Amino acid sequence: MRATSQRHALVRRIKDRSFRFLGLFATVLVLLPLFHIILLVAYNGASAFSLEVFVRTTAGLSEGLSNAIVGTLFLVGLSLLFAIPLGVLTGVYLGEFGTGQFASLVRVSTDVLTGIPSIVLGYFGYITMVLYLGWGFSALAGGLTLAILMLPYIVRTTELAIRKVPDEIREASLALGVTKTTTINRVVIVTALPGILTGILIAMSIGLGETAPLIYTANWSDYLPTGALTKSPVGYLTYVVWTYINEPFASAHALAFAAALILMMLVLATNVVARMIIQLRWGRMR
Amino acid sequence: MNGEGRADRAYRLATAGVACALILFPLLILVILYEFSRPSIVFSGFSFLSGGKWAFGDLYSTTRVIRNGVAAPPSSSYGALVFIVGTVASSALALLIAVPISIGIALFLAEEAPPFISGPLSSLTELLAGVPSVVFGLWGVFFLIPLMKTTIEPGISGFAGGIPFIGQPFGQGYGLLTSGIILALMIIPIISSTIRDSFARTPIELKEGAMALGSTKWEMIGTVVIPSSRASILGASILGLGRALGETMAILMVSGGAINFFPHTIYSPINSMAAVIVAELDSAFTDPTGMAIYSLAEIALVLFLITLAANMLARVFVVGGMVRAWMSQGISRLT
Repeated sequence: MRATSQRHALVRRIKDRSFRFLGLFATVLVLLPLFHIILLVAYNGASAFSLEVFVRTTAGLSEGLSNAIVGTLFLVGLSLLFAIPLGVLTGVYLGEFGTGQFASLVRVSTDVLTGIPSIVLGYFGYITMVLYLGWGFSALAGGLTLAILMLPYIVRTTELAIRKVPDEIREASLALGVTKTTTINRVVIVTALPGILTGILIAMSIGLGETAPLIYTANWSDYLPTGALTKSPVGYLTYVVWTYINEPFASAHALAFAAALILMMLVLATNVVARMIIQLRWGRMR
Repeated sequence: MNGEGRADRAYRLATAGVACALILFPLLILVILYEFSRPSIVFSGFSFLSGGKWAFGDLYSTTRVIRNGVAAPPSSSYGALVFIVGTVASSALALLIAVPISIGIALFLAEEAPPFISGPLSSLTELLAGVPSVVFGLWGVFFLIPLMKTTIEPGISGFAGGIPFIGQPFGQGYGLLTSGIILALMIIPIISSTIRDSFARTPIELKEGAMALGSTKWEMIGTVVIPSSRASILGASILGLGRALGETMAILMVSGGAINFFPHTIYSPINSMAAVIVAELDSAFTDPTGMAIYSLAEIALVLFLITLAANMLARVFVVGGMVRAWMSQGISRLT
């Protein structure tokens, strides 16, 4: 009797230990490939880096990436130009006035927009802007499509940041006889600014890494962007990663890895800055 | 101060006006995609969803095939079932891999790891969620496909000898299994962080109660933590499914780009709805009847509707699950 209950306890303990070990195992199982991706890209990308990569354009699968680097920044910059005002104002509305049915409709459709596959957005951009409006493959078509993709992230973080502003601050401002409009513009938005900025940076890092929405809208160009908004295709880094790795030339593979590394560094830098803003903000509030 | 002044009212209405854009965009996308796919819907009818043959036909021919009053190039056929099957199969496989692993990670982060490990590890996994999908594809092409071909596929195939779908002759390294693995890696961060948050919300009283009754920690996890998060696990999985269904670039790079070919083992080359839209880009431009563009719009429309359904379902479970968790967390289980 005693022996069996002892054995039972031992079995339970072994079960306990081994199942708890499985959690650690799962974590390592996922972290290993993710680290490998980063190391592989960092190593192969860095060994492909040279001055040429940054100053020359992609002339037929070799030489440099300057057109893609400038193009990526051009497209993302352009899309922020549309996404920031639209997203922040919508976020302010949801955060300050968003109690009614209309507001919950806005929230649901923001969620729907987040869930739309990026290639669907890209195809939408293609049939509306490239074909119907006749802009052709262009910076504007690419930038606007990216803007639609980024919008929900900016809306969501802005709303959260606005809601986190303590009511005492609003009341203090109102008690001074300041109108609600001025209170929001001068007090609430300013207080929520770090949160809003974080959302913009997150949206930016998502935009930097996107490919599918741009293939059908900005398409690709071997030349530096001319600055023209329509009828002039634009190159970008993700396109190089996608197409050049399938070419049978070592020079093309090197450029694909270089592009991936530049991309990862841009995305990481925006992410780290966003995180730093969050940390600083929380540190000060505490 | 009673009510709002005129300026304040104008401000509220102005921001509400901007917010209308957010309602407008999804509607506009839906309506325009539908408008553009109409010729394809009329031409192909239900066979678009049930047919397995996809061909844009002879794009240089001057003759036309007319069906239901709509013209298309001769010998064209628009059956998207191969892509629908590929999308669903690769996403389902990804979930099969990702959900158990995500539960393991969430348990490790919420229950096992000390704070000085779980904190940085959580932000690390979130940072890794920001790796662009083309970079996953790059890793797939450069590293995973060769590894699958030389080591993993022969290993699994030999080990599971004869079992349908699994213990079959292996392939060239790209295809369903490789796509599933890459998709799983991409959706694990979002699934595991959602589940971890839910685990962390388990009431401490219930956990202490289970421990006080003499459970081991694992038994406590099995009887209290996991059951009280069941709805969140389901919701997080469907959320991940939504992501996987719409993923484009990584699948495009590792799927093998199957056309007119249904997967019959987990090593078969596949294609997905999202990937085929990109892959067929060049042909679509050259169709003089425009039917290629209309049919791709219909694929986009179907994909939109499927992901919409998945996301709405996830919303119901995550939100509803949280409410239910508040109301009756684990109590029925203990009594």
